[in-house]
Amino acid sequence: VNDRQRPGTAASLCAVAVPSIAVGGGISGSRGRADRVGDRLLQGLTTLASLLVVVTIAFIIYQLVDGARPAMSLYGFGFIGHNVWNPAAENQHGIFGAAAFIYGTAVTSAIALILAGPIGIAIGLYLSLLAPRRIAAVVGPLIELIAAVPSVVLGLWGLLVLAPLIKSTIEPALGAVLGWIPLFGAPASGWAGEGVFAAGIILTIMVVPIVASISRELFLSVPNELKEGALALGATRWEMVRGVVLASSRPGLTATMILGLSRALGEAIAVTQVIGGGSSSIISGNLFNVGDTLASRIANASQSSNGPRMTAAIFYLAVILLAFGLLANLTAQTIVRRYEVANRAH
Amino acid sequence: MATVLDSPNPFAPSGNLRRRKRVDLMMRATATFWAVAAVAVLGIVLGYVAAKGAGALSPSFFTQSPSDFGPIGGILPEIVGSLILVGLATAFALPIGVLTGIYLTEFSTPRTAYPIRLALDLLNGLPSIVIGVFVYGLLVLGSGQKGYAGSIALAIIMVPLIARAAQEVLRLVPQSQREAAHALGMSKWRTTVGVVLPACISGIITGTVLAVARAAGETAPLILLSSLYDAGNTKVTANVFGGVMPNIPIQIFNDSELGTPTAHERAWGAALVLVAMILIVSLIARVLLARQRRRLYR
Repeated sequence: VNDRQRPGTAASLCAVAVPSIAVGGGISGSRGRADRVGDRLLQGLTTLASLLVVVTIAFIIYQLVDGARPAMSLYGFGFIGHNVWNPAAENQHGIFGAAAFIYGTAVTSAIALILAGPIGIAIGLYLSLLAPRRIAAVVGPLIELIAAVPSVVLGLWGLLVLAPLIKSTIEPALGAVLGWIPLFGAPASGWAGEGVFAAGIILTIMVVPIVASISRELFLSVPNELKEGALALGATRWEMVRGVVLASSRPGLTATMILGLSRALGEAIAVTQVIGGGSSSIISGNLFNVGDTLASRIANASQSSNGPRMTAAIFYLAVILLAFGLLANLTAQTIVRRYEVANRAH
Repeated sequence: MATVLDSPNPFAPSGNLRRRKRVDLMMRATATFWAVAAVAVLGIVLGYVAAKGAGALSPSFFTQSPSDFGPIGGILPEIVGSLILVGLATAFALPIGVLTGIYLTEFSTPRTAYPIRLALDLLNGLPSIVIGVFVYGLLVLGSGQKGYAGSIALAIIMVPLIARAAQEVLRLVPQSQREAAHALGMSKWRTTVGVVLPACISGIITGTVLAVARAAGETAPLILLSSLYDAGNTKVTANVFGGVMPNIPIQIFNDSELGTPTAHERAWGAALVLVAMILIVSLIARVLLARQRRRLYR
């Protein structure tokens, strides 16, 4: 790509370059000094901006840990396994623990990954291998458009449309068939459809376009010789997909899942809207119960006035979320890098 | 051999092959089904927003403040506030993002590029609520919510998006153009500003527009930084340092939590306004991006 000239660029290049050459010639005094200063300035500014980016991420980590320090020294790592969140306890100082929110985050993210993983990969396969080009060119961007819908709007839809639907139709149907599994137990009375299940569905809708678009790229990058070789050996399309396409993009798919997971872990607003938590901290195996995630509790707590200990506890929640997020991203990148190195070695 | 030749159609699948074909067909149907289903979900969500939102829209929706009593009022202060918050965030993020992109393509060595690219990726992967908590601890704790704090959080979200987009299109500018400019005696900064940037400016603009679309719908950081206002009674303000800046995403969030029919109607209307703005902007950007890519890759 690089060494080919773009048509039309030569003319624009001349238009830009010629006047500045005609005047200076490049060597004479003031012009040379201006160039030296300009070079320094541009290099200095770009370096500064890049440093700012690096410093920002370091500062974010420092600031969050610093804000969480009172809670860290008070609770230590026990905060993670401890399951009470009561701002009114201990003379309004409050008792705080994150276990219920970590559990809620794990369950909602698990629902999202279990549903969005296969669905997203199926869509990626459709877009890269099955769909006629014209159709893929329309459907692909449409699916990416799902990711452009603001989470607050998806949450509004989830709260006012999806939750009533879950209450009226989905829960009774699931309960009738799978009610013997504790996961799909009977909801509490006065329930309006919100809860962990609704949050999982909304997260699924958010993660599907991520998995679909990355896996589509992965499948497109599988060498054609391999695909054609499998077909020439008499494999059906699906056997080709299973034996060649999926097999050769497995590391990339793992990284994709982790990226999807990190999206699901950190989503705050839509989950807050549909999960129905806010005050208590319950750990319940029933998906139709209300709950809370790390992110949704941070979002909820921010709308009330908090004592210093609660503020520190909120920062602690953010530190846990940050640690999960960084871990997920670093893992995904390590996989991708190793994968690329391995590919280049071929 | 004889049995194959005897059968009326030697290529008709039988036994094992028929089963394999059936599995193949089933899998193809599954993949197609989910693609259709995903598009259908998009259609259903947008359809609800359009249908329910259209009922709330009227000229006064764009000229009045929200009202909790009687009619729903409008969301003028929120529209103005969102434009200011996102505009200010863009003013912070655009120079930093583009300069970082220029550093990565024009000045960096592999050794310096690695930590910067890593920082950009990590920043991009951070949950937006975490960025909200960071700015909350930095600027809001102890002094109260401020509009500019929201803008800074949005800027932190935008920088990696803009930097990545800038880097991607800067790399597409052929190396030969830089070499040609050098051969003509142009200094590095004149080459960068006069030759390289003009060749890919539309790509940078597209990337920025996509980042703006993302920031406009971002709610999580704002809930910590610019949300504590009376949802039913706001005024148009341009003072980002004076206090809370009303904005569309928080209005939708607060109205959805309120639970009155009036608030819900206003939330749908505000959602329609927000989605229309974001989708139109990002559709245009995507079309431009596709065209730009085609031109540069040719």
